[in-house]
Amino acid sequence: MFSNRTFNIVVPIVSVLLGLLAGAVIMVAFGYNPVAGYAAMWNGAFGDAYFLGETVRQVTPYILSGLAVAFAMRAGLLNIGVEGQVIVGWLAAVWIGSSFGMPPVVHVLVALLAATVAGGIWGFVPGLLKAKLGVHEVIVTIMMNYIALYLSNSVIRSVLTDGEDRTSNVAETASLAAPWLRELTFYSRIHYGFIVALVMAFTMWFLLNKTTRGFELRAVGSNPFASEYAGMKVGRNIIVAMVISGGFAGLAGAMEGLGTFQYASVSSGFTNIGFDGIAVALLGANTAIGVILAAILFGTLKIGALNMPTEAGVPTELVDIVIALIILFVASGYIIRWVFLKFSKEGK
Amino acid sequence: MDFLDALAIMVSSALVFAAPLIFTAIGGVFSERSGIINIGLEGLMVMGAFVGIVFNLTFSDMFGSMTPWISMLAAMVLSAIFALVHAVASITFRADQVVSGVAINFLALGVGLFLTREFYDRGQTDIISNPFYTWDVPFLSDIPVLGRMFFENYPSTYLAIAVALLGWFVLFKTSFGLRLRAVGEHPMAADTNGIKVYRMRYIAVMISGAMGGLGGAAYALTVAQAFSQATIVGQGFMSLAAVIFGKWHPLGALGAAIFFGFAQAISINGASWPLFANIPQVFLLILPYALTILALAGFIGRAEAPKSLGTPYIKGSR
Repeated sequence: MFSNRTFNIVVPIVSVLLGLLAGAVIMVAFGYNPVAGYAAMWNGAFGDAYFLGETVRQVTPYILSGLAVAFAMRAGLLNIGVEGQVIVGWLAAVWIGSSFGMPPVVHVLVALLAATVAGGIWGFVPGLLKAKLGVHEVIVTIMMNYIALYLSNSVIRSVLTDGEDRTSNVAETASLAAPWLRELTFYSRIHYGFIVALVMAFTMWFLLNKTTRGFELRAVGSNPFASEYAGMKVGRNIIVAMVISGGFAGLAGAMEGLGTFQYASVSSGFTNIGFDGIAVALLGANTAIGVILAAILFGTLKIGALNMPTEAGVPTELVDIVIALIILFVASGYIIRWVFLKFSKEGK
Repeated sequence: MDFLDALAIMVSSALVFAAPLIFTAIGGVFSERSGIINIGLEGLMVMGAFVGIVFNLTFSDMFGSMTPWISMLAAMVLSAIFALVHAVASITFRADQVVSGVAINFLALGVGLFLTREFYDRGQTDIISNPFYTWDVPFLSDIPVLGRMFFENYPSTYLAIAVALLGWFVLFKTSFGLRLRAVGEHPMAADTNGIKVYRMRYIAVMISGAMGGLGGAAYALTVAQAFSQATIVGQGFMSLAAVIFGKWHPLGALGAAIFFGFAQAISINGASWPLFANIPQVFLLILPYALTILALAGFIGRAEAPKSLGTPYIKGSR
């Protein structure tokens, strides 16, 4: 009576509710008013046009990093390396955007393409190692994250600038900035990137569900041995999946580089866009539409949280706890299923 | 600075940076040998660092010079309990172990920073007044050169090396260790032989929590001396790299952790040392990670993971 499809919807919803509930319990335990806390969060995400603009800005890279994780997951691969792919994508986009002169539309497209390619290359390495040598992609991608971080810092310091901590801004021709939208939202950092993100979500759906390649990828993801037997090249599909996944991640980086910040800077730690992408994909059950919805949820939580200290006195970090718990609950979907089945049996 | 001086300082600071990695990596070896992937080592270290610092700040008047030791103990116990979250999710609830580990990392940082704001009203704690101080081992530290290299270090460093040796002994010379490894290789066979698979895995994950806690606290009480968002940034993942680079063997992990400690020490202080001043910092920063990939790819000897690593054990399934 409960199909897998129903559970793909039930588990995330129950997990989100449990996560928010746990957040409320923590707020009560520390003497805050949870209603005021969540109201502050709501206002901080949707309260006025500025907050709305910021929320959309935050959702944009989340959609893309979520798609990156989801795409790999559909092919049976866990891409923890989205973080690193975001970083190299960001760097590549800013490099093209700030160091070259090109006509308007072309420039932005070339910069986006560069980000996709850079992310793709960063995904290619673990894909190749997995396909040819059977090396587990999780560890390789984690290591690639750090290599990306340090390499990018070094390139910014010694190639793109002369020892500076940030690059110059990207040229206007390469920028995703949307001045009229910014004006409309009281100068939030909203940009055209959300269109890119939505197009890419559609692209992923189309690729996976309407093309032979997508069918093969999903087949390899659900049963590599059967796929091999059916004559599909498992290794090649693994590499393709990782490259495309990396491409999505690279674009997520480009959103920050060409849209939100307009530059790249030396960073001591990760952007977390990639790690949050894991949460987004997981909650979105690895489907394009699910990823969009989950990205909206996490973007709302993250941006709304910034308003919680001022309006309700609750530390922003509460949201990190809530998000972590949501991931744990979704990952433990087995137990939610079990409880549901148990209760539905008893109800009969 | 003559060469021997430089070398002595280099080795000794490499050991300082290696100690937290050694603790954590030994924990990682236990968890992974029992079949549970532990990406959450980073989070366990965060928890250890947080508990270690908060305990130290709160109780330093009461315990005086014993404070850092008792802080280590508190970090060990609380991180072991915190690791239960990972154990419950990935063993009992059959969650994807990697995903659960990622959640642990988020959760530890969230809890640590949330409570830091609650307790201290800002994003970082005060500097502790009772950190570990270096301790010269009697007699041994009088040996020329070698004494300065190895025996004028923090007590936590000596403890880390002792723990690694103990870890090797437990894992390879006791029946408990044999059972733990059996559970990671072939849980069904272990189960038929009367070994309680779930219990062994719970114990292993809690050991990794305890060790990760010690590792985080060791870093916090020697190098960082305060807790903030930037205290533990990647040391947990580097420990994970050490587990793999050390081929899931406690002594291998010990060696790998010391080697990575070198890379870290050089990348931080290298500019002032002869020999290393000319190597671009980026290579040293990347080295541990690149080497791990090469090791996995089989260019530096084949690294073979425990057979059932990452698969939940479901009683009765074949």
